[in-house]
Amino acid sequence: MASLKDLKNRIGSVKSTQKITKAMQMVAAAKLRRAQEAAEASRPYAERMSAVMANLSASMDSPDAPRLLVGTGQQESYLLVVATADRGLCGGFNTNIARMARERIAQLLRDGKEVKILCVGKKGADQLKRLYGKLIMKVIELRSAKNIDGTIAGDIGTQIRTLFEQGEFDVCQIISSQFISVIAQKPRVQTLIPAREAIDSSVARPDLKGALYEYEPDEESILATLLPRYVDTVILSALLENVAGEMGAKMAAMDNATRNAGELIDKLNLEYNRQRQAKITTELTEIISGAEAV
Amino acid sequence: MGEKLHFDLVAPEKRLFQGEVDMVVAPGSEGDFTVLPDHAPFMSAIRSGAIEIHKDGAVEKTFIHGGFAEVTPEGLTILAEEAIRLNDIDQAWLDQELKNTKEDVQDAKDDSARNIAQQKLAKLEAMKSALANA
Repeated sequence: MASLKDLKNRIGSVKSTQKITKAMQMVAAAKLRRAQEAAEASRPYAERMSAVMANLSASMDSPDAPRLLVGTGQQESYLLVVATADRGLCGGFNTNIARMARERIAQLLRDGKEVKILCVGKKGADQLKRLYGKLIMKVIELRSAKNIDGTIAGDIGTQIRTLFEQGEFDVCQIISSQFISVIAQKPRVQTLIPAREAIDSSVARPDLKGALYEYEPDEESILATLLPRYVDTVILSALLENVAGEMGAKMAAMDNATRNAGELIDKLNLEYNRQRQAKITTELTEIISGAEAV
Repeated sequence: MGEKLHFDLVAPEKRLFQGEVDMVVAPGSEGDFTVLPDHAPFMSAIRSGAIEIHKDGAVEKTFIHGGFAEVTPEGLTILAEEAIRLNDIDQAWLDQELKNTKEDVQDAKDDSARNIAQQKLAKLEAMKSALANA
């Protein structure tokens, strides 16, 4: 049985923990709003970009189409980009992404494919290190960057493209969290390279009424500049949604923690009062029986 | 002019314009072009410069840097890598940036840094000339 003093200390420490989780929750809520706005603001661009790419790729059928669009013709080696947060304390957010990544890796390995991993965000790397440490090529931390913007996405995109040109992989997929709402995030896999696989299924093409596109300067050079932009755009929107999801998850987790701390404090207070009462009763009994003896 | 052209101008960070307009003049990589309602399907790369959005007799100018224009029967979409309204550009800020970037070009330690600075310089100069013509 803990003594009165122990209980008092315990209550004090739970109270200060509660203050911290409360503060973290409020910070996450403030950041969430900004992250959500950024994620939503980037959506029109990504959508229009996909639509443009869908049009272009449908009209590109020549065998010498860019490899970023049609792939290498093989599906032997995969590069998985696992995008998570850099920080923990956000509930199951990182774990869910890492779990999906693990399942995907296991499945690919079972099928006899070669797998390489590029981790964006420290937490994903931490969780994958134990099982698939040898497959991780590189870990990119986001902490150094204050804001997620086009520059970072472009950076990651360039690294991926360089690896692709060196023939390091045939297919590139990105695993990140889709921001559904403040309380719901779902991990998902998106194909980056070959771009065609990502596009064809998802976007409805406008009806051209039999007309043909005209290109300026020409189809190939437009595609050559558009494709890298497309890859960057997908990465950027994945990262932005990740940040929004992380903040949402963190807010929920910290809200829970604050509530749990509150419950714990109530329980400890009750226990404390009960013990204090018991002590007083004992003392009283001692005094009374002492008086009777005289 | 009864018919209107649906026009979207989007940058990675935000949507700058969406709505029905009369006419858009844009700087294509091969030369400026004008898009009116019912334009044939068309796609062009964009060079740095100002686009003119004609709407109900008023003209709004926006500087865009890099990107693509796509015309479908549904309308015109411009995907810009960067876009800023000409009215929002501050002349003093621009001059300062130009000066800084010129110094960057001279001070660049290696080729890649110089390249980046030069690209930025080209962009700023395009911005300046667009502003001068406005």
